[in-house]
Amino acid sequence: MENRGKYVGIRIGLGVAAALLLGRLFYIQIINDKYKTDALNNSIVYETVYPPRGVIYDRSGQVLVGNKATFDIMVTPREVTSLDTLALARTLGLEPDYIREKMSYYRTYRSRIGFKTLVFARHIDEQAYMRFSEVEYRFPGFHGRIRTERDYPFNAGGNLLGYVSEVDADYIRKHPEYRVGDNVGRTGLEAARESDLRGEKGYHIYLRDSRNRVLTSYNGGEDDKLAVPGKDIRTTIDAHLQQYGQDLMKGRRGSLIAIEPSTGEILALVSSPGIDVEDLADMGSNYARLSSDPGKPLFNRTVQASYPPGSVFKLVCGLIGMQEGVLKPGDRYSCSRGYVYATGKKLGCHEHRSPLSFTEAVRMSCNAYFCYVFKNILENKKYGSTAEAFDKWEEYVRAFGFGSKLGTDYPGELGGNVPKSSRYDKIYGKNHWRFSSVVSLSIGQGELGATPLQIANLAAILANRGWFITPHMIRDEARDSTIHSVGIDRRYFEYGIEGMWQAVNMTTAEGATAPLARVRGLDICGKTGTAQNPHGEDHSVFVCFAPRENPQIAVAAYVENGGWGGSTAAPIASLLVEQYLNGEISEERQWLRDWIKVK
Amino acid sequence: MTDGRVNRSVVQTIDWHLLGCWLALALIGVINIYSAGHSTEGAILFDLATRSGKQILWIGISLAAGLLILFVIKPHVWEELAIPAWLLVVGLLGLVLLFGSTVNGSKSWFQLGPVSFQPCELSKITTSLVLAHFLRMPGFRIGRFRDFAIVLAVLGIPAALILAGGETGTLLVYLGYVFMLYREGLSGWWLVFLFALIVLFVTAIKFPLWVSFALLALGIGIYVLVVRRGVHGIVAKRDLAWTMLLVAVIGSAVIMSTNLAYEHVLRPHQRTRIDVLLGIKEDPMGAGYNVNQSMIAIGSGGFFGKGYLQGTQTAYGFVPEQSTDFIFCTIGEEFGFVGCAAVILLFVFLISRILRDAEGCREQFTRVYGYCLAGCFFMHMMINIGMTIGLMPVIGIPLPFISYGGSSMLSFTVMLFVFLALLRQERRYF
Repeated sequence: MENRGKYVGIRIGLGVAAALLLGRLFYIQIINDKYKTDALNNSIVYETVYPPRGVIYDRSGQVLVGNKATFDIMVTPREVTSLDTLALARTLGLEPDYIREKMSYYRTYRSRIGFKTLVFARHIDEQAYMRFSEVEYRFPGFHGRIRTERDYPFNAGGNLLGYVSEVDADYIRKHPEYRVGDNVGRTGLEAARESDLRGEKGYHIYLRDSRNRVLTSYNGGEDDKLAVPGKDIRTTIDAHLQQYGQDLMKGRRGSLIAIEPSTGEILALVSSPGIDVEDLADMGSNYARLSSDPGKPLFNRTVQASYPPGSVFKLVCGLIGMQEGVLKPGDRYSCSRGYVYATGKKLGCHEHRSPLSFTEAVRMSCNAYFCYVFKNILENKKYGSTAEAFDKWEEYVRAFGFGSKLGTDYPGELGGNVPKSSRYDKIYGKNHWRFSSVVSLSIGQGELGATPLQIANLAAILANRGWFITPHMIRDEARDSTIHSVGIDRRYFEYGIEGMWQAVNMTTAEGATAPLARVRGLDICGKTGTAQNPHGEDHSVFVCFAPRENPQIAVAAYVENGGWGGSTAAPIASLLVEQYLNGEISEERQWLRDWIKVK
Repeated sequence: MTDGRVNRSVVQTIDWHLLGCWLALALIGVINIYSAGHSTEGAILFDLATRSGKQILWIGISLAAGLLILFVIKPHVWEELAIPAWLLVVGLLGLVLLFGSTVNGSKSWFQLGPVSFQPCELSKITTSLVLAHFLRMPGFRIGRFRDFAIVLAVLGIPAALILAGGETGTLLVYLGYVFMLYREGLSGWWLVFLFALIVLFVTAIKFPLWVSFALLALGIGIYVLVVRRGVHGIVAKRDLAWTMLLVAVIGSAVIMSTNLAYEHVLRPHQRTRIDVLLGIKEDPMGAGYNVNQSMIAIGSGGFFGKGYLQGTQTAYGFVPEQSTDFIFCTIGEEFGFVGCAAVILLFVFLISRILRDAEGCREQFTRVYGYCLAGCFFMHMMINIGMTIGLMPVIGIPLPFISYGGSSMLSFTVMLFVFLALLRQERRYF
């Protein structure tokens, strides 16, 4: 009865197989809850409610970045039962062909689209949208949607505000808390303050029945979540000053920064060439053009470029010398068109009378004087070696905020560069280098690198006579407002400030380096710099503050290829100071404004 | 059952159980096809513009064909036609590779104006008939090499052409013939061998290779130590060492070549489907989407289901192919475990009844054909339902009599009614 056995065996096999299917069904339909909750998610529809993004204000309440409503028309192709193409075209102000094309696309991909709702037309103008709302019932399947978009009422600070765009797949992978359709701040303050500005999305829950009809609000709307609007941000930027600064820098490459010294608040942060706010609003279509612009407008030079500070650094050198006791304010050093630091090697200087005191050396920006000072710092008997003295010098320089990030609110800040003694140990060998090896550091050249913001911070330190609060542009209770002292006696600053005052307020005949920056009644104190540039014309640098007593504003101007410091940077910085303190440019300086424009 | 009387009435010669199963399954199909489509098509059941309406029409056509087979065509025609029909279908399978149109990645459809059909649907009928024809011949022994080669050719030629067309589903259905061959004299060790191959293939994909080798060694060990000690083995004692060595070599070769075959023979979408099934890949939006949605639909049905036309998953189009290959989702969602169990038990009853009828036949032709039919229905049921509940990879084959589709409805009905006709002949004369 072998065949009988096989017959029975096959029937048993059939039973076992069926039991397998039934067991699996029993498991997923009755035992396991996972599939039930999933199914609930699918028949309950969550409709996302987007919060308005936080508004960015300037220091006086002027809106820098706001929101405006834009109008889209949405369509659920499956619900379009009849369509009067011409009427819809008339209502929305669209071409009938546009509508026909869209509808035929929906037909082609109807299985893929399913019950999804799609954007039918973007950026419908408000009039058309209102017209549509009145007759919406005539177009089943179509409905309107209002979204908010960034709006820039004031053309200032495109560069520092940054832009907002929809997240892409790559971004979502790295930031899983974002979903398709969300916007995110990409650069500048929009990126730095993304977590405050974005707010929290909400949702509205409703139920669908098996024929895709929306039945009701789920649970009477009790489980709906309201969108939480983004937090507004109050910046320290002065919108008008920012705009004026951008104007002054138009056509130039470089940075112009103004800080309120007593608070560290940044009044203006201009990187030129910058981004027009018009471009910011529609970054998607402008990005390619902006990123290929040789002027690199997307690059914020104020914090992302590192330059040699140049002669403005002489003040730092002199102040360290005095604090270390190797320079008395009255000490005079002679200069015959430069300083010979090794046989046949000379660091040049311009023609001026000799010898000079510290104050005069600042006024006339003598190179030789600060070579002597730096030499004294490094050959101080207090320290066992040049390297040890150098370390002390480095410590002071870092206290001035150079060599590492200041910690401002702008993302992507650079730290600049202050060399360490170990670096020279490596180049020359331990104890095999001396002052003559690093002479150019005395006048802010060589291995020194500083961002324009760090140079502006130097101006604030000089204005405050020895301390600073980290420069920032967002007013925030939680902000760390620690006063950073540079560790140099306040009275030494007065000698340098007198020199800075003279540099601006004396005449060329008396050796003043920045007479163009003089504004009657403002007592501007300034120091020019001319940073050597091996690639072309020198960079023009100027730091200043005003008024001399109780300063309200400290400015740094760094103009690439601007030439000598007194010629470009000084007039630009002084115009910014004058505009801020007086609210206008005086009659007698109007020519300077016009001249700077064409220069 | 057969008491020697001849020329019994129509009522007595027809197996009404099978006919009842056929009708029940077809009606379940129509009801669920309507439910799957009602939200998108929104029309009445009988509207010929809808799938449910068309399906009713096809049931009518199939029934007409069935009655023709049952009462008009002489049953001996099937035996005479077996070889020419088989050759014709093999020819069609070849032609479809050259002139066919591609649907869902398989080049297996003939498009004749508004009608489209798959020759591989026909091949299941003709192959069954030819197998019945050969096995019935006096002196034909499946254990003999020449006869075994004939069987292999009858199965292998259409199978190769179907594989070339990319219709993997139908190819798997061919595995169902092994049950008939087993009944007709194939050693049970072939079933073990086939099962072992599948196990080795799956473990070689899913786990590191050593796991498969360990399994192979375990299998050989169990055979040698337990089965051999017991009643009887298939290998004589003196050949044991050599045979086991051969098994080890073949097994190792299978394991080693699995990845090669997996990478090169299977198409990428088939690989992904297997990966998803074995849990190697998570792909809820891609290949895993169908399975995931289908399991959600079935799982959400619970014990009694959501009620007819109340399913949200299938109605929204979350489940694709919901009226054809994934029709079981609609049943699972709207009629719950009770509905699923009813459908499965109907199939079990149908297959089991066919087996019983076949076993009771005196004509070997009818018996072989019956076993072929049962194997075919069994494979369709296991693969189709298994796929919707995540037991099988996604393979697009219909659930007999239930899935929407005219050509599958017609060919399954013809297959069943040929058996009914053969059976009727049997009962008339024995």
